[in-house]
Amino acid sequence: MSPVLIPPLRPDLAIIGDLIKPDSRILDLGCGDGALLSHLARTRGVRGYGLEIDPAKLAACVSAGINVIQADLDEGLADFADASFDYVVMTQALQALARPDLAVEEMLRVGREAIVTFPSFGHWRARWAIMRGRMPVTPSLPSQWYNTENIHLCTVADFEDLCRRSGWQVLERVLLDRAHRRGFAIGLMPEMFCEIALYKLRKPSAITPVG
Amino acid sequence: MSAVGAEDSVGIVVPRKLMIERPLTLDCGRTLPRHELMIETYGELNRERSNAVLICHALSGDHHAAGYHAESDRKPGWWDSAIGPGKPIDTRRFHVVCLNNLGGCRGSTGPASLDPDSGQPYGPDFPIVTVRDWVRSQALLADALGIRKWAAVVGGSLGGMQVMQWTIDLPDRVRHALVIAAAPKISAQNIAFNEIARQAIISDPDFHDGRYHAHGTLPSHGLKLARMLGHITYLSDEAMRARFGRLLRDGDGQFNYNYEVEFEVESYLRHQGQSFVERFDANTYLLMTKALDYFDPAREFGDDLAAAFRVAQAKFLVASFEADWRFSPARSREIVKALVAAGRDVTYAQIDSDLGHDDFLMPLPEYHRVLRNYLGRVADEVGA
Repeated sequence: MSPVLIPPLRPDLAIIGDLIKPDSRILDLGCGDGALLSHLARTRGVRGYGLEIDPAKLAACVSAGINVIQADLDEGLADFADASFDYVVMTQALQALARPDLAVEEMLRVGREAIVTFPSFGHWRARWAIMRGRMPVTPSLPSQWYNTENIHLCTVADFEDLCRRSGWQVLERVLLDRAHRRGFAIGLMPEMFCEIALYKLRKPSAITPVG
Repeated sequence: MSAVGAEDSVGIVVPRKLMIERPLTLDCGRTLPRHELMIETYGELNRERSNAVLICHALSGDHHAAGYHAESDRKPGWWDSAIGPGKPIDTRRFHVVCLNNLGGCRGSTGPASLDPDSGQPYGPDFPIVTVRDWVRSQALLADALGIRKWAAVVGGSLGGMQVMQWTIDLPDRVRHALVIAAAPKISAQNIAFNEIARQAIISDPDFHDGRYHAHGTLPSHGLKLARMLGHITYLSDEAMRARFGRLLRDGDGQFNYNYEVEFEVESYLRHQGQSFVERFDANTYLLMTKALDYFDPAREFGDDLAAAFRVAQAKFLVASFEADWRFSPARSREIVKALVAAGRDVTYAQIDSDLGHDDFLMPLPEYHRVLRNYLGRVADEVGA
């Protein structure tokens, strides 16, 4: 057999990987070609399933030997039992859903913890565009207002407000630039320079007693 | 589908009959001391005997899944679109085994076979067989062929039900289970369709309580009606609209105001029914529909399908088709939900389609890509 070449992992997926305990069970919503699940299976013995709607991406997961279930995230997670996963992950899809609030609520029903990433609308480029009277078209939000899939954009402050209202506890917050790195500028003015926000959440009621 | 000489065809194939000499006790309580199975195989079994794939057929299928019996055959086997060199079920890598199930009418022991006790055809005295009985019979076949563990067991519709039953009853003998256009058990609506089909056959005056061979008759009319009904349920409303619409049989565009064939769809159904009668046995049709009705693997596990799948060891590929209303995607999702709850490895593809239940036999690119990619992994895994 020829050696298997493993392409470098997207930096945000590498960061998520570091937040996940070995040998856990994970559900990856909008798993794409299965890169995160492959990585976690290989490096951490993590088992789980990806959900994906796109047939070509699904076929890529099948080739990679990833468990993938064709599903529309807007239809919810009714086929999954309460607390049946350690983590439910959704990268860069929250803003494209019909009801992001209900989606995170579902993630926290099915998983003990939820990990979400989304493009922050509070980045200075977006603010600058709005100041000039235009909807932002930025490297992390490249579409026009009329053809974008991103129908529910928010800023870091908006999202944290939703967390408070919904009673979701923020376990981790990682703010990244568009190269998915914790750049110098983010350290100075996080909300102004964050392009991608990553949150790890749980519902306090879901805390399992020790022992 | 490929022509007999095409590179991706298995070409001319020769069926063979195997005598299974071991007794088989059936769900109904009766025991067959021995039975015969008609089979076909394509591709070589490797030295490790690890590359065997079992194909389970649906209601009216048989052992002739791929290739041709003669140069002059008009049509290849029933799943030729998927089986052959370079096709999704790649005979360059896999040893593919297909059989006519017990109770069938294409050479395996069934109602038309001679009962050794009486010297007459079994007819209605042939025991009712279930999906579990088929799996038992197929396991005896695997033993006879020297196959300990299948690389994959594959089937669509009623065939997919046999695949699920394999993983539950003989979990250590199946590596991969491909369950296509199936359901965890059939609905009341489905049982109702089957019952009408059975009544059509049973109420045919030529049926003679199933002893039509002794009377020198065939319940052709009833069997034809049963098939016509079945055929409607295998097609989507959309597909029938696209294919026939309200086209009239006669080109003159005038209604004839009688009960002869007026619309194209009537002509089509009559033709389908007639050609079925010429190749199928009515008692076998009755048996097959009962096997469908009785299938319910969760029953022994307190009606908990996830509990049934907890004993399985196989990895699963489940596929369904958007246009299929007889075994709809919702039914396949029930299977997936139970597999996830049981912690099994499962991949699920819901294929965009137009035709209906029969889509599982079609070479739809999206469908065949998933099959090909999945089975490519399986072949790598078993060293094929």
